[in-house]
Amino acid sequence: MNEQVNHKEVIKRDPLSGNGRNKTLLRFTTAGSVDDGKSTLIGRLLYDSKSIFEDQMEHIIEAGKRRGKQEVDLSLLTDGLKAEREQGITIDVAYRYFATPKRKFIIADTPGHIQYTRNMVTGASTADLAVILVDARNGVLEQTIRHSYIARLLDIRHIIFCVNKMDLVDYSEDVFNKVKAGLDKLIAKLDIDNPSIIPISAKNGDNVVDRSENMSWYTGKPFLSQLETVEIIKDKDLENQRFPVQYIIRPQSDKYHDYRGYAGRIAGGNFKPGDEIVVLPSMLKSKIKSIDILDKSFEESKIGDSVTITLDDDIDISRGDMIVGAGNMPNIGQEVKMIICWFNERPLRERSKYVIRHTTSEARCIIQSIDSKLNVNTLEEDYEDKSIHMNDVARISVKTTRSLYYDDYKVNNTTGSVVIIDEATNETVAAGMIQAE
Amino acid sequence: MGDKIKINSEHIKELENEAIYVMREVAAQFENPVLLFSGGKDSIVLVHLARKAFWPARIPFRLLHIDTGHNFEETLKFRDELARELDVELLVHYVQDSIDKGRVVEEKGVNASRNKLQTVTLLDAIEEIKADVAIGGGRRDEEKARAKERFFSHRDEFGQWDPKNQRPELWNIFNGRKLMGEHFRVFPISNWTELDVWQYIRYENIKLPGLYYTHKRQVFKRDGLWLAWAPFMELKPTEEVITTDVRCRTIGDITCTGVTLSKADNLEDIIAEIAATRSAERGSRHDDKRSEAAMEERKREGYF
Repeated sequence: MNEQVNHKEVIKRDPLSGNGRNKTLLRFTTAGSVDDGKSTLIGRLLYDSKSIFEDQMEHIIEAGKRRGKQEVDLSLLTDGLKAEREQGITIDVAYRYFATPKRKFIIADTPGHIQYTRNMVTGASTADLAVILVDARNGVLEQTIRHSYIARLLDIRHIIFCVNKMDLVDYSEDVFNKVKAGLDKLIAKLDIDNPSIIPISAKNGDNVVDRSENMSWYTGKPFLSQLETVEIIKDKDLENQRFPVQYIIRPQSDKYHDYRGYAGRIAGGNFKPGDEIVVLPSMLKSKIKSIDILDKSFEESKIGDSVTITLDDDIDISRGDMIVGAGNMPNIGQEVKMIICWFNERPLRERSKYVIRHTTSEARCIIQSIDSKLNVNTLEEDYEDKSIHMNDVARISVKTTRSLYYDDYKVNNTTGSVVIIDEATNETVAAGMIQAE
Repeated sequence: MGDKIKINSEHIKELENEAIYVMREVAAQFENPVLLFSGGKDSIVLVHLARKAFWPARIPFRLLHIDTGHNFEETLKFRDELARELDVELLVHYVQDSIDKGRVVEEKGVNASRNKLQTVTLLDAIEEIKADVAIGGGRRDEEKARAKERFFSHRDEFGQWDPKNQRPELWNIFNGRKLMGEHFRVFPISNWTELDVWQYIRYENIKLPGLYYTHKRQVFKRDGLWLAWAPFMELKPTEEVITTDVRCRTIGDITCTGVTLSKADNLEDIIAEIAATRSAERGSRHDDKRSEAAMEERKREGYF
């Protein structure tokens, strides 16, 4: 938090010149500990990409002065709550937005401290990419392992390791290579497919937006151009058709008297009129008649689209049912294994009952067994200690009151994820990634 | 104009898909939803998204407007026409009624505004009409306390927001379970920026009140911001009312809605103007200038 920057040195570039062109959306999450310079890095991205308005800038200059700071503290840009500003820490996930001519970015900024593992899991659940900060002076620490493991657990396919504070080690290539060697081991151990390792100084802007003159030995891309150009391999299942039914549309108006549409967001594959489908749980077969959205019908719709589907046959379908392609059925069952991250102060207990939410369906469940506890700092699995407290990660088996139609989380993040809710308090107490056979 | 611009923006499409999904979750998870409608562009976009989400059925939400009594006349006309066109029920609750009943006390002085008073009227309305969820057009890019908001934001029986103790929100699984007397605020366009909203309006050709386009208006300058003048507003001795070409960047209660000097009379020019602007959208909202934590404090109490 004590990273400061002279904002006059910041080189500006205009992100809006590509306004109106086709832009893709990249969602990423950032993890790092309190003093890794994460807020400074984000502040710099926002500032250098001109996503900070002049009045917001004036505001933090004023706020900094009130706290007796001489230089502009970019980290002040990202502290949202009064308590955070007072304590100089980040408590909760905050979302930030910026755009360059190539992409629009959504940052889920999560606190990296161990007691906030749950926030990192939350931020990672919607991210395509994770940025993990490593202090050049310290190299790989327990928290680096924890952050990388969680990113992998949530099936994030790209990780950018920013080796920060290079200015404090004289921009030394040797120091960087030592840190990199440690990261390479971790990358191999966690089987991370598309890693990049970038030496930066968030405080001074080296290799953040522009290539650093202080580290001419580094030949890779600066951080922002890596973010702009990385090919997003979303873990989206393009083959197996999955359509969880969200809501039934029955206008019952004169014009649309017999219209019966199934509203939802496509969770897997592409759907076209004429496709043969099966409805779960009834197992009844039909064909897709039309795919509608606001008085238009579409020839095709793809994963991620929110649409309304009509079928050739009148079938009794309600929310929580799933329309799937005939011939590529998901797993169907009441006994499910998963890895969970526990979020609540009250510990998880075997044999307790909870509410489970999966896609658009809800059931009750009982925790049949806690199978093991994972140490996210050492990656060891403990089969003896089964006390699961807030921020713990564990393998569990649950039994549900009705069948779930699910895929393995790594195959389909939507049909493979659940949240667990405490029936008494209605709090969301866990996130679960289903492990199918 | 429409032919010249070909927006083929994947990110806008993705934001739309997300917002429609959220709208449908509201309809599925709650019994008595209302959509908070102010006549401003964000709530007009919400209504458009709701139409898309439920077509060919009617929007399954009633519209609720908290009327401060300090409105732009045109906004009210626009509001009434839209409600008629959609064939949905429009509920209007008045801050004046809350003042008359002694529920709130009118602020005094030159910066007096009814904006903050709306919270009480809003919470009373939610209780009176037994709404279990209110859909709002809040966006996380607007303000730093809003950056912490969930899509499904829980409110206790006093209508309060507890930002330090929010439910984790994962993937697109939204937990709208609640106890008696509690309610939710839902923000379908959480992930949109001001520019996204304008691009979407152009993309979808959404009709807006004329106030968003250039027009002649009586304005005056206060603390560096241009404000629309209305006869009930007190001026400081140094302030002078002039008539010039302006457009509204946000539309809310007149007393705290800033205007921009502008000759932009079409969406393309407005977008170019916003893209080039160097001040924040809410920077033109006088109510946010009150303190560093003004929004957070109002939101905790139950503000929009």
